[in-house]
Amino acid sequence: MNALTDMNKGAEGYNFAYLDEQSKRMIRRAILKGVAIPGYQVPFGGREMPLPHGWGTGGMQVTASVIGNSDKLKVIDQGADDTTNAVSIRRFFARTAGVETTEQTAEASLIQTRHRIPERQLQEDQILIYQVPIPEPLRFIEPRETETRKMHALSEYGAMQVKLYEDVARFGHIATSYDYPVMVNGRYMMDPSPIPKFDNPKMDMMPALQLFGAGFEKRIYAVPPYTRVQSLDFDDYPFEVQSWEENCSICGSDHSFLDEVIIDDAGSKMFVCSDTDYCRERVELYGPTEEKQP
Amino acid sequence: MSSEVMNNTQPWQDLEPLLSVNGINKFYAPGKGCGNVNFDLYPGEVLGIVGESGSGKSTLLSCLSARLTPDSGQVIYNSGQFGKMDLYDCEESMRRVLMRSEWGIVHQHARDGLRMNVSAGANIGERLMAVGERHYGAIRDKAEQWLEAVEIDTGRIDDRPSQFSGGMQQRLQIARNLVTYPKLIFMDEPTGGLDVSVQAKLLDLLRNLVSQLGLSVIIVTHDLAVARLLAHRLMVMRRGEVVETGLTDQVLDDPQHPYTQLLVSSILQN
Amino acid sequence: MYVAVKGGEKAIDNAHALMRHQRRGDTAIAELSVTQIQQQLPLAIDRIMNEGSVYDPELAALALKQASGDAAEAIFLLRAYRTTLPRFGYSEPLNTEAMQIERRISGTFKDLPGGQILGSTYDYTHRLLDFTLLAEGEAPLAPSETGEMEQCPRVLELLNKEGLIEQSRQPGEEDQTPRDLTREPVNFPAERAVRLQNLIRGDEGFLLSLSYTAMRGYGDSHPFAGEMRTGLVSVELVPEELGFPIEIGEVLLTESEMVNQFHGSKEQPPQFTRGYGIAFGRSERKAMTVALVERALRAEELGEEVLYPTQDQEFVLSHTDGVSANGFVSHLKLPHYVDFQSELEMIRRLRKENANVQQEAEQ
Repeated sequence: MNALTDMNKGAEGYNFAYLDEQSKRMIRRAILKGVAIPGYQVPFGGREMPLPHGWGTGGMQVTASVIGNSDKLKVIDQGADDTTNAVSIRRFFARTAGVETTEQTAEASLIQTRHRIPERQLQEDQILIYQVPIPEPLRFIEPRETETRKMHALSEYGAMQVKLYEDVARFGHIATSYDYPVMVNGRYMMDPSPIPKFDNPKMDMMPALQLFGAGFEKRIYAVPPYTRVQSLDFDDYPFEVQSWEENCSICGSDHSFLDEVIIDDAGSKMFVCSDTDYCRERVELYGPTEEKQP
Repeated sequence: MSSEVMNNTQPWQDLEPLLSVNGINKFYAPGKGCGNVNFDLYPGEVLGIVGESGSGKSTLLSCLSARLTPDSGQVIYNSGQFGKMDLYDCEESMRRVLMRSEWGIVHQHARDGLRMNVSAGANIGERLMAVGERHYGAIRDKAEQWLEAVEIDTGRIDDRPSQFSGGMQQRLQIARNLVTYPKLIFMDEPTGGLDVSVQAKLLDLLRNLVSQLGLSVIIVTHDLAVARLLAHRLMVMRRGEVVETGLTDQVLDDPQHPYTQLLVSSILQN
Repeated sequence: MYVAVKGGEKAIDNAHALMRHQRRGDTAIAELSVTQIQQQLPLAIDRIMNEGSVYDPELAALALKQASGDAAEAIFLLRAYRTTLPRFGYSEPLNTEAMQIERRISGTFKDLPGGQILGSTYDYTHRLLDFTLLAEGEAPLAPSETGEMEQCPRVLELLNKEGLIEQSRQPGEEDQTPRDLTREPVNFPAERAVRLQNLIRGDEGFLLSLSYTAMRGYGDSHPFAGEMRTGLVSVELVPEELGFPIEIGEVLLTESEMVNQFHGSKEQPPQFTRGYGIAFGRSERKAMTVALVERALRAEELGEEVLYPTQDQEFVLSHTDGVSANGFVSHLKLPHYVDFQSELEMIRRLRKENANVQQEAEQ
């Protein structure tokens, strides 16, 4: 098998991983620029993908540009491999790139994710690719792109701090619970994508490379391994993560992000790990939890 | 004629001017804009620019405050952070820093100078947060101090400006600007649209703050009573040209130029 | 014991099968062919080609069939296909003056060289449902002989002779290769060529509504339809090996030039200003609305006050793309239960604290 047949492995009539080589080159250049300037949004000539805008095309373009024959791809949405859109995207790459796919975080070399970071710590040889709907953290404070560009260039981030002040004045807390803005490498304010703030600390000094793709808005950004990522707050109102009183009903974890599941008409609830692979792994290691089930 | 009047200005000639204006010209159409403006402003000095509407005074103010590029001329500002700056020949980033720290702008309409959708406290605290203040309690304390200084009930710190009266909104604008102890404030008809009694209160407040804090002010107004109360010096404008300058009392009590005479006589006042 | 829901793959497969079944409908009825769609629904095809940005009526018809008649979905299919097409190069600028005119009208003059050629249009029909069509009883009309076509010089050039309208090109200005907005990211402010590309492939409904606002007072627009012409235009390409242009095909185009008023400045005496629009096929509505919106977007360039959304470049150009808009709106159908869980946790916490505060106050 030579390089040419390798490249054509995959869906009939399409290049490896769907995008043509020129496009991949263009995207990789944007990625390199993003890695060189952590947290800075690099504009790129986003391509039309066969999935709708807003459904992960940015993440997909990044994945398509970095994926190779020997990669193992994991795709999750809301932390689970089996949600419909994760299934759809995983199939897309299985078809157009013919690569191996996996549900196990430990086995994956590339992980494309929507709205969660895996619970299991990632390693240096892994890449986490986030799907981002709106890359601009200041967008809802300042709708104009021309103005937000200046604000980033001049580090004028006071307006965001004003929003946080207002939250504390009104609610006694910073009220943002997901899509919580961060400072990267002490220089650029970044939108971490709509992950729950629970996941923000995982980004700080992560050994894996983190790439972010916003297809709709045509922006790519990156956080290189072992980079400082700090969530915005006040000295006297420090950043806090979410917590639950309950543990996971399946594996007993007291430190994962939990999904709330309504199990009957009376509204009885149950809490289970949102990261299905992590939950499965814990059950394998420790057995299912012995807590009484409702 | 105006140069004769200029030579009568007194005490600040020994200091460095805070602002030097040389040959500023900006015209949209013949007679619409401002032309050939020259003056120096010293620390602690209040300069009033007066004239009818359409005289070009607002255009001039915009050119002086780096918000409108003139067709020709220079504005040199002596910055505490950057030294002498030619406003239109320097980095935009420097101008923006200036606007947030050493300068203040009080607009005629509060909505142009405030964030109407955040609280009074946030409005005052914004400049502090922009320069890196990160302690909520400290920001709130400073905001309360300044609310007191401008005579707004501190209990209203969490109210939005849209819930304030016109006079209160103007006072909030002032507080928002003063929190970084600026050296130079630009004001465009700050009492416009306010009730007479409210105006008086505001003017009194401004006068006290100016002298307490040693502020330099350039104030544009069509109201000569406002000018007399606040300004040390006046510049009279008509159809884009400066027709007379001098000490406030001299210009108002002994006007030399026929237009100034007309202005001062009761016909054209309001 | 609670078992996590599985079976996402199976659900998707079944969904696709059901969709195909619904698309086909009652099998006792004859299946609609792609050729039938292409022939008998030409105006739908035109819209899909414009927003899909590919001139290929057969592919547009296929897309429409595959999409169960949903124009937005069909446009998406065509766009996605376009991405995979190899590029040979760029054609020479199209010479619409040499158009083989089948329809040409002007609202600014009663009569003009070349005449008012009504062509085929719904404009003057009475909108009464024709039930003979229901009975499939339309006898095809034999087309009559078309007479010799007169020369049709541009209306706007007639105004130009008196210097009454702004030049579309400054004397001595060279043709420039426009930036291709499908290859490079757009920055604001965008130049006119990029704005036009954006508008032409933009959602027709959005442009129509924006034009409506501009004409109803949310804009300083007093437009006249200077000229609209529809017809075949030849497409030429200069292959590297030959070094001279050859015709590679023809496209059916509709071109619209609008005349708008301008208030002169102290340097310039008053002149009319232009708005330009062009679209594939017989898409008159599209061509006209492009011309109206593009003129509104020129407000800043022409020294007019920017007061309304239609004049705001960033507002308009960021939201014209129907494919993006559809995608983002429909993405709300994706699972958001993790973000929602975060909000639930936050709101419950705040309410609890609030309740505690109330309790303490009452004690």
